[in-house]
Amino acid sequence: MNPAESSRPRRPLSPLVWLCLGLTALVLWNVVSNPAFLAVTLRDGHVYGVPIDIFTQASRTMLVALGMTLVIATGGVDLSVGSVVAIAGAVCALTLGHGAGLPLTIAAAIAVGAAAGAVNGLLVARLAIQPIVATLILMVAGRGIAQLLSGGQVLIIADKSFEFLANGFVLGLPFAPLLVAALFLAAHLALRRSALGLFIEAAGDNETASRFAGLAAARIKWLVYVFSGACAGLAGVLTASNIRAADANRAGENAELDAIFAVVVGGTALTGGRFSILGTFLGALLIQTLATTMYYRGVPPAVAPVPKALLIVAVSLLQSEKLRNRISALWRKPRKVAA
Amino acid sequence: MIARSLSTRYLPLIATSGIFLVLFITASVLNEGFFSGRVIVNLLSDNAFLGIAAVGMTLVIFSGGIDLSVGSVIGFTSIFSATIIAGHGVHPAIAWIAAVILGALLGAAMGTLIHVFELPPFLVTLAGMFLARGSAFWLNTESVGISHPWYDGLSNFALSLGPIQVSAAALLLLATALAGYVVAHHTRFGRNLLAIGGSEQSALLMGLPVGAAKIAVYTVNSACAAFAGLVATLYTGSGNPSMGIGLELDAIAVVVIGGTLLTGGRGHLFGTVLGLLIFGTIQAAILFDGRLSSWWMRIVVGALLLVFILLQRLLVRGETRAGH
Repeated sequence: MNPAESSRPRRPLSPLVWLCLGLTALVLWNVVSNPAFLAVTLRDGHVYGVPIDIFTQASRTMLVALGMTLVIATGGVDLSVGSVVAIAGAVCALTLGHGAGLPLTIAAAIAVGAAAGAVNGLLVARLAIQPIVATLILMVAGRGIAQLLSGGQVLIIADKSFEFLANGFVLGLPFAPLLVAALFLAAHLALRRSALGLFIEAAGDNETASRFAGLAAARIKWLVYVFSGACAGLAGVLTASNIRAADANRAGENAELDAIFAVVVGGTALTGGRFSILGTFLGALLIQTLATTMYYRGVPPAVAPVPKALLIVAVSLLQSEKLRNRISALWRKPRKVAA
Repeated sequence: MIARSLSTRYLPLIATSGIFLVLFITASVLNEGFFSGRVIVNLLSDNAFLGIAAVGMTLVIFSGGIDLSVGSVIGFTSIFSATIIAGHGVHPAIAWIAAVILGALLGAAMGTLIHVFELPPFLVTLAGMFLARGSAFWLNTESVGISHPWYDGLSNFALSLGPIQVSAAALLLLATALAGYVVAHHTRFGRNLLAIGGSEQSALLMGLPVGAAKIAVYTVNSACAAFAGLVATLYTGSGNPSMGIGLELDAIAVVVIGGTLLTGGRGHLFGTVLGLLIFGTIQAAILFDGRLSSWWMRIVVGALLLVFILLQRLLVRGETRAGH
């Protein structure tokens, strides 16, 4: 798998550079046709504008993608996050409906998400079931559980403090993106300023070797799924807060796909062993910018998946070891002739 | 020794048959009138397009791959065929051939990306899923009705077996399953797929045409999905771009409940048919009962998935231990 023995030169360009180039190109293309694209205005003490919208819309995907990044770094994947978002939303509606306060509601939703992640982690880490398969179970059953909790209905949530989470402003800035950005920063510091990040990468690169090196690889894998579940739980809170309702059918729809896209576009390899928190942040931003661009270009929302699909194929090809080797072989041949 | 390997080979199949019988008998005891030939045939007609997609999915899973695009391909072919039949006056037979070819082309493209560039199947087919669904809505955002004498003839066609009428959709499903069975278990291609799923490295070292088989299996599967989309238009009498959303999960569930190992290399196509019958029985029983809400379907299917995956895990673990 990993041709470590071939003394390959360093990557020509880091994925982050590609990401920034792509993002800049997309924004420029928008600015050319619509000069007001980047304009941010201050109204009633709140900032408004397309960039703010993009950040706000992207915040939920970012949150799910944060947990997904670590899962993918261990060589796994979590398909159940979309269903967990729906379950967490239903839990919010139920706890608020029973008169619980906001802190308890948020804690309950995150705890349910973490519990779901713990089940996934148990199947993957202890029973050694393929991650796609293990998380598929909860992906299928989770939406049923969410509908069971909500009685199959869209539960309206009328609670001012709850609505604030996704729609409120702090010091003129939208609260949800600030919260998510703070979580990203905290995660980055926790993972890169301690050995935790290395442990996760080691467990993803070679589980057996890391176990022999004295690492509790199975526990790390389990924890990573718990974290992913908790992130999805919080994303469920934000989703329910955003639409002021718990919709067991639609909440978190395709959340797993968008999160995986953000992670892959951000340069985290699906084979595990390496991750980039900043890459995931930018990847989610790029995907949302693309979606917003399509919206402003008048592309119907239902057709918007097409450019997304092309983007993901292009990015995976860019990261493909095989294609790189072929292209570099093309470059090398004429040089040999010249020499 | 031989008896042992036979029993481990057929154990999932036996377990699946047992579960189907228990479920069907339970449903028949609980619901008066459930036990009838009509209900059994309806199990096949109502789930014909899921079953056809699951046959293709079985082959892909044999090879150790996965295809998440089948639901979207169903949506695309259904609206594509309806649009060119109703909007452009193309003869349905030609529309069907064109739709299957388009599906096969998408599958070939995905298979090429997976094999040549060594991209993960689930990522490539995820992109295929977005591409097919987006294109379906591009063609038309609304459902399009199909009325053509050829279509009416086909959808009204029914084979009479005594008092039971077997619809064209059910017959097409049975034909596809039979063809799938022959391909999977009686051709070199089918054996190659199982060998690749067992160990791609070993298959390569044995000199098997790994690349060709992998590209071919995604091509065949997408063609199957396209055909499933056409059978779906037969069943509903219209094409709908949102048809088959989430169907890939049901198809995978049917294959796994049928005892096929999701890591590839082992399984039986007949198990997929049994898996479909189990899936259909749960659905029919829940609908028949009327008191149970539809979401129980997903929970029960999830629970069955869990049971079967744990069972498979135990089987594989027992074997590696016996091997040592």
